[in-house]
Amino acid sequence: MADFKRQRGRIVAQLEPVEVELLADLLDQVRQLLAGRRAEAPADPLDAITGIQTAPSTAPEDPALARLLPDFHRDDEVLAGGLRVLYEPDLLTQKDSAAVALLDSLPLGGGVVRLSEELANSWTSAINDIRLALGVRLEISTEDGMPNLDRPELDGGGEVMFNVYQWLTSLQGSLVVALLN
Amino acid sequence: MVVVSSAPAIETTEVADEVTAADVPWITIVWNDPVNLMDYVTYVFMKLLGHPKPKAEKLMSDVHHKGRAVVSSGSRESMEADVAKLQGAGLWATMQQDK
Repeated sequence: MADFKRQRGRIVAQLEPVEVELLADLLDQVRQLLAGRRAEAPADPLDAITGIQTAPSTAPEDPALARLLPDFHRDDEVLAGGLRVLYEPDLLTQKDSAAVALLDSLPLGGGVVRLSEELANSWTSAINDIRLALGVRLEISTEDGMPNLDRPELDGGGEVMFNVYQWLTSLQGSLVVALLN
Repeated sequence: MVVVSSAPAIETTEVADEVTAADVPWITIVWNDPVNLMDYVTYVFMKLLGHPKPKAEKLMSDVHHKGRAVVSSGSRESMEADVAKLQGAGLWATMQQDK
């Protein structure tokens, strides 16, 4: 199982072909989720003139997207809506850019990755977004980190999904320890 | 953290009634969630908020054990920026006025 270590200023891991495929597939899913949200943005002719993108003022209905893009204020809906319109486009871009940076640095067919600190930051953010989305789908909601697998909508795939989640947790853990050292 | 005070300080001298509201600082809160790793949260506090490691670890511990921690305070604009940065990293961050 892949495990990041710091080696001569770089953050290095060996990835198996199946691990590369899995990361690429999961990142693609996250990017589709983000792109779907971006498509919900209201079409404002002013945006084309000013170049400023806006977002809907309400939180995403999809609970995974809602976890990736929380309200800025818990009680003040008007303020939260206003800040969402302002900040969500940048957050979507930031998350998508991190996913793209990870995808671009994946060794196709497996191999060694050697990350600069900056690229390692993109990796931790992007892997974290996958984990957040999977955590919602698995209904990991208690401190013990255990999922709720016994649900028909998971269609028997819950165990596999949870294995993937745990693998990402381990990968993320080793990456952060390498960054902290 | 450096909080830049600019235009609002001047405006408040002219509009006396707004002084109290404007003087109440804003805070950024990070809430506990069962997915974000403790080391990751510490790292994000160091990297994005510039907290030294002991303070970052204390705040992470508060988030984990108390369910939330105030991680920064200042003007509304600077808290908006902090919440955006922390949410970009996947932390569950919100802002509010510190009443």
